[in-house]
Amino acid sequence: MAKFICFMIIVILAPLLFEGGYIMNVLVFAGINTMLAIALNLLLGYAGQISLGHAGFFGIGAYLSGIMTTVFNLNPWFVISAASVATGLFAFLLGFPVLKLKGHYLAMATLGLGIIIYIIFNETIDYTGGPSGLSGIPQLSVGSFVFDSDIRNYYLVWGVTVVIMLLALNLSESRVGRALRAIHDSEIAARVVGINTRLLKVQIFAVSAMISSVAGSLYAHSVTFISPASFGFNFSVELLTMVVIGGLGSIYGSFLGALLLTLLPEFLRGANDYDIVIYGALLMLMLMFMPGGLARGIPELLNRFKNSLKGSGNA
Amino acid sequence: MQFDQLLQFFLSGVATGAIYALIGIGFSIIYNSTGIINFAQGEFVMLGGLLALSFTELLKLPLWAAIPCAIAVSTLVGALFERLAIRPLRRPTPINLVIITIGGSILIRGISMLIWGKDTHALPPFSGEEPVIIGGATVMPQHIWIVGITLLLISINKFYFFHTISGKAMRACAYNRRAAGLVGIDVRRMVLFSFIISSAFGSVAGIIVAPLTMTAYDVGVMLGLKGFCAAIIGGMSSGMATVAGGLLLGILESMGAGLISSGYKDAISFIILLLILFFRPQGLFGKSESERV
Amino acid sequence: MLEVSGITQVFSGVTALDNVSFSVSKNAVTGIIGPNGAGKTTLFNIITGIYSQTSGKVFMEKRDISGFPPEKLAKLGLVRTFQNIELFGSMTAIENVMLGMHVRSAGGIAACSLKMPWISREERRVSEEALYWLDFTGISDIGSVTAGNLPFGKGRVLEIARAIASRPRIILMDEPAAGLNSQETILLAGLILKIRDLGITVILVEHDMELVMDICDRIIVLNLGTKLAEGSPRDIQENPEVITAYLGDDRE
Ligand SMILES: Nc1ncnc2c1ncn2[C@@H]1O[C@H](COP(=O)(O)OP(=O)(O)OP(=O)(O)O)[C@@H](O)[C@H]1O
Ligand SMILES: [Mg+2]
Repeated sequence: MAKFICFMIIVILAPLLFEGGYIMNVLVFAGINTMLAIALNLLLGYAGQISLGHAGFFGIGAYLSGIMTTVFNLNPWFVISAASVATGLFAFLLGFPVLKLKGHYLAMATLGLGIIIYIIFNETIDYTGGPSGLSGIPQLSVGSFVFDSDIRNYYLVWGVTVVIMLLALNLSESRVGRALRAIHDSEIAARVVGINTRLLKVQIFAVSAMISSVAGSLYAHSVTFISPASFGFNFSVELLTMVVIGGLGSIYGSFLGALLLTLLPEFLRGANDYDIVIYGALLMLMLMFMPGGLARGIPELLNRFKNSLKGSGNA
Repeated sequence: MQFDQLLQFFLSGVATGAIYALIGIGFSIIYNSTGIINFAQGEFVMLGGLLALSFTELLKLPLWAAIPCAIAVSTLVGALFERLAIRPLRRPTPINLVIITIGGSILIRGISMLIWGKDTHALPPFSGEEPVIIGGATVMPQHIWIVGITLLLISINKFYFFHTISGKAMRACAYNRRAAGLVGIDVRRMVLFSFIISSAFGSVAGIIVAPLTMTAYDVGVMLGLKGFCAAIIGGMSSGMATVAGGLLLGILESMGAGLISSGYKDAISFIILLLILFFRPQGLFGKSESERV
Repeated sequence: MLEVSGITQVFSGVTALDNVSFSVSKNAVTGIIGPNGAGKTTLFNIITGIYSQTSGKVFMEKRDISGFPPEKLAKLGLVRTFQNIELFGSMTAIENVMLGMHVRSAGGIAACSLKMPWISREERRVSEEALYWLDFTGISDIGSVTAGNLPFGKGRVLEIARAIASRPRIILMDEPAAGLNSQETILLAGLILKIRDLGITVILVEHDMELVMDICDRIIVLNLGTKLAEGSPRDIQENPEVITAYLGDDRE
């Protein structure tokens, strides 16, 4: 809990450090990416079920919000919740056949699913605007207070992120979290102790999709323009990279991974084209040399460092 | 609907299907000897095409010389990939293998983008562009090359697996790794071999398809997935079942694009992929097996 | 308590079990013995819903439970251990036992995410009781050790602790003494009797004849997929067919 309060204070105070400006805009994305990384981590890091199609759920949230508020003029807040429920339901139904698959096959199926969703975004031009995108999505507002600046969006997005993070932390430390890790370790043993693994996997898949959908809606409302390119296979891989770099099965790790991968391209401006190379290299190096991710790797390194200091002190 | 037109779709479907089959066989060879689905398989297809291009354009090699060089280089990349990424992996769980091969795949793709840029490139056709007429449908000579080379490679593949010592050893690994190790087969070498063979297959596919469809640093994703789809339809066999899977996919796609909508063409293969995975994960032609506890 | 009737299992042409029937009485220890490949594990896999049999039925207290999935059987009070230990390797021993109590605790995704007050209370109860089961099985010293790092013998006992933490009515143990030293085997025998005294029906597959003869009330002999004999330990020891098929080899 102390950890979480520290985290919250950092989130609240961070804008004071940066006096607004461009970095605030980047931090809004970092918040959205954190939600997505947590969503994927619940599925991949805890339940051990891979998804290479999460950008699709993110996109469904974004497009439902975009279309329902521009074409059908519905209340954005209502749409965000309805979209999340709809995406969750969609994932729930799809989850039964999809999560029957394991390992590589599951990866391929979710990848295929993500690509089908991406193709639909591109082809249903009447609604989505196709490859050229959908613009004019309204900004969110409460009464006359409009979330129209980066700093306002920052607090909106991070407010939701913090809540999702708290819920995810609670879940991961509960009996459900334990059951999810049990599925990861041995599905057959999990069933024998009475965990309905099939249902639980599908449920967590749906929850994960719901969170992704909320992230998508917030994304759509804060950037006001969306196009399919943001929701393709590459973004699914980027999410995977965030989760792996942060640490599989660590909620704070997802935050670290998302933050790092969102800020990285900004530091590498000018070397823009290199980011895909860097993602690839990071993903591989991380898995080979720090399989626990930053969340476990950094404390471990610090420990080793301390020990070696002690060792040289004694010598 | 004209018969000619159907025939046309059919014939071009056969050519693309042959490509998918070649890529798919690359997937199954690795899968059978290691249990890995190599998500980087498509990148070797891309490498084949782009390397052949560079050898002809930069080094001014004639096509017949450029092609073996391109295959050799991509095969080398495949071997390096196995040695540097797959073999050192400490905990080779399926998830870690998926992640590492995806990492490899985007790394190769990214480096290729730095080398060749984001433009699409075309490789010259192997023997002119004078179309051949077959029963009212026009066929490019390149189509014939594709089908011919695929048939040749598949026969060589079959010969290798059934009539050479190392091919038989590899089949033994596929059947039971532990037992193969016990009878003195160097399993790790066989794994390396399987990466070599399948990157060679992938690069050949990339080279023969490049004159037809153009190539770019990012073609590997789609082609790789279609190849995987072919292999899945074939039940991950490295033989005729996967060829049949590739042809089926190529033809359905070509018909679908012609008769329904070209925008959804790619969706067709993925829907087939999902349906097969959901309902017949053992492939269209295989029998199911129960898992042991 | 448990009745198996006419179970046949065919694996792609190989008949692993051929029309096997028997029943197990309440509150007793029943041993199932037989040479390697006799079909003992297969039988367990069928009873616990991991395989679906080619034909035949399984009843628990007269209720037809054939084809029920393992998780449903666990809720009905039928649990098992595995021949090749199946622990949750990345979790501590106590977490393993807490998972054993999964069926006896409540709380879904929503309640757990919101950390309702009763969830915390429930969690406290579960962790306290888990300590009790570790103590009951004599491994309270390893509570915070990661299960994957446990020595073999402790792992076997932990698996039993996890199984009984669900307070089952029937427990099936597949070769619990395999790989244990003689000291550990003696402790195991005591533990099994203690479990029976809790009112739990024990079904035991085991190759260690001394253990089986010592603690079983009744024994069923399988050979090549068929039931060869059934009776008290003494009947079985004296049965000539069993001696030739099984004990004969064993005494060499
Ligand atoms: N999933 C399966 N597929 C095919 N055959 C199987 C399967 N499971 C078991 N068998 C076969 O069924 C027969 C019985 O095996 P089982 O494991 O039940 O024997 P067991 O009595 O437990 O032997 P052991 O004492 O060695 O554990 C064996 O011939 C085995 O090969
Ligand atoms: Mg057995």
